[in-house]
Amino acid sequence: MLNTQTELTVPTVSIAAEPLLEIRDATVIYGAQTALHAFSLKIPQQPATITTIAGESGSGKTTLANGVLGFTVLTSGQILYMGQDVATFDRAQQHQYRREVQAIFQDPYEVYNPFYRVRHIFDMAIRNFQLATDKDQGRARIEDALQVVGLRGDEVLSKYPHQLSGGQRQRLMIARAYLLKPHLIVADEPVSMVDASLRATILDIMLKLREEYSISFLYITHDLSTAYQIGNDIYVLYRGETVEKGDTVTVIDSPKHPYVQLLVESIPVADPTVQWNKPIEVPTDNKPNPHGCRFYDRCVHHTDICLTRQPDLYSVAVADHTTDHSAACYLYDPQAMMLDPVTHFTTEQKDSHS
Amino acid sequence: MLNTENLLNTLNRSPEIKPSMLEVRDLTIQYDTPKGVLTAMNHIGFSVKRGETLGLVGESGCGKSTTAMGILRLIQAPGRIVSGSVRLDNEDLLALNDRDLRDVRWRKLALIPQGAMNSLNPIMKVGAQLADGISAHEYTPRYILNERLSELLDMVGLPESVLNLFPHELSGGMKQRVCIAMAVALDPMLIIADEPTSALDVVTQRVVAQTLRKVKEMLGVSMILIGHDMGLQAQLADRIAVMYAGNIVEIAPVLDIFKNPMHPYTRLLIQATPSIKGRKSLKVTEGAMIDLRNPPPGCVFQYRCPSVMPMCRSIFPPLRELEPEYWVACHLYNDQPQIGIDNAQHAN
Repeated sequence: MLNTQTELTVPTVSIAAEPLLEIRDATVIYGAQTALHAFSLKIPQQPATITTIAGESGSGKTTLANGVLGFTVLTSGQILYMGQDVATFDRAQQHQYRREVQAIFQDPYEVYNPFYRVRHIFDMAIRNFQLATDKDQGRARIEDALQVVGLRGDEVLSKYPHQLSGGQRQRLMIARAYLLKPHLIVADEPVSMVDASLRATILDIMLKLREEYSISFLYITHDLSTAYQIGNDIYVLYRGETVEKGDTVTVIDSPKHPYVQLLVESIPVADPTVQWNKPIEVPTDNKPNPHGCRFYDRCVHHTDICLTRQPDLYSVAVADHTTDHSAACYLYDPQAMMLDPVTHFTTEQKDSHS
Repeated sequence: MLNTENLLNTLNRSPEIKPSMLEVRDLTIQYDTPKGVLTAMNHIGFSVKRGETLGLVGESGCGKSTTAMGILRLIQAPGRIVSGSVRLDNEDLLALNDRDLRDVRWRKLALIPQGAMNSLNPIMKVGAQLADGISAHEYTPRYILNERLSELLDMVGLPESVLNLFPHELSGGMKQRVCIAMAVALDPMLIIADEPTSALDVVTQRVVAQTLRKVKEMLGVSMILIGHDMGLQAQLADRIAVMYAGNIVEIAPVLDIFKNPMHPYTRLLIQATPSIKGRKSLKVTEGAMIDLRNPPPGCVFQYRCPSVMPMCRSIFPPLRELEPEYWVACHLYNDQPQIGIDNAQHAN
């Protein structure tokens, strides 16, 4: 293993207490459409974690990934990398950031140039970031990275992308990201286009990179079950709003927001004895409510207060629990509870509070 | 719901009550490639009973979609059907002439293709497209047609106003439901649904899956559900056929196959399915796929099988019926009594 972690640390941002990545009130507006609204998140430097951003299409999860990767400029808010706003980075820092924050994308077929052999993407990375002083060192690094994802150089490097399977391509993308010894990998739907057995392989590699190489992940997905298997914290987005956040297992085991409850309930269980119990209905006329809660039109609990404005994130953590778990729903607003407990609480919650 | 499912399952076990709607026998499909002949489907045989949903699972490239295309006779050069028969309601589809075949397609045998929602004509309103399809196959007076269209939309849970919309005005799930309505428009005997919910988010997926199930139950139609999502298969299928490298390696009722999968590949497939009922280490299956142009002697799964034995490298394991309705192609069960091997050859 080459000692690059230390030699490449930027002196200006070396305060260990700063989070690796902090997002403050990130908002992205396209024309009249708010793609992402006031999103905040913190990923610590140590220990390495897998933070999941979950949501359906149009929830803003890819907008967020693009923001972190610098492909989208925030309309307002900040993205801080080790305490420094990425928007204020100079050229050298940007280059540094490009190296330490890597990306894996959904479609492993689209990211390759079909005219180059696979070796090309590795050679480019090595040249661009001057990772090796000579050919042998470069080769050793590539071989090392391939080994992490369970591939061998002589098997794949001199092939063209179309000669590889989807799984090999996706693993090569991870190897390429790993080659740069990043601190954070933004993985945008990395397993949504691969088969079940291969999905397990990719998730396994992600876990390995987190455990053995201390690489954190921002894992963007629509699939709660894979997040459940590997994720630390989860943020569930709906139409640009954060509707629920907390520890992944806690959130999925006992979802609080009506939308997250619907999501969890809709996951098909791989057990024929556990059948979907009742049909769900989705209104065909989906007009989001412009001022209030984004989920108003699909929510079974909606009341008039939901029309006033988007609810804040209210804590729903169990008292003896140390982890943060909150949901953006008036059902959990302590003030609303005092105002009108009858309409705002389900029977079950009233019982637990009385 | 659970009770009906169980009931259906019991019914499916007795072939006298539910005769086969579709019988695929010994179907072999090959592709001529510059590097030799590739066998995409190797002597495949299975049946689908009346009103039954058969789930066809396996990884990409295993021959699931080729099976669908083979049944519909939509295999295009360089692919060709080398041998076998496909009998739909006792009519051999492979022996039909083009005109009769065109009549069978859609009227008796409907396809919901992969990415079906992108197959709608973008410059025709939904109602016109549905009407076009129906009148191409049978003359229908306008007033009956209109009534039929509203019935169809109602069946898939869409409002009648959708008839006057263009496809781009609909969401992905709504387009997919329009495609289901198209598939059942002529009251077919068998629907082949190729990954009907892929590329939809989980809530929409559930709505579409529910629609499929409801339509199937209302019309009593048989269905082949192609997909690799074991969760969805568990919810919708009555029996599951598992494919690997152009071969069927296991066919069994859904309850049995999830409770006690026999073939090592089926086991890995089920273990690799992430669940939200507790964390588990996901089984990783490493190993190479066999070369379909030049398959090695023995089992197709030998390179990846955790329980591989010497004989797996030399002798091809045939699909054998271990218990009634439970078929497995694996040498692990050689010493077990072999029920109905004759039955397999002379069934029906």
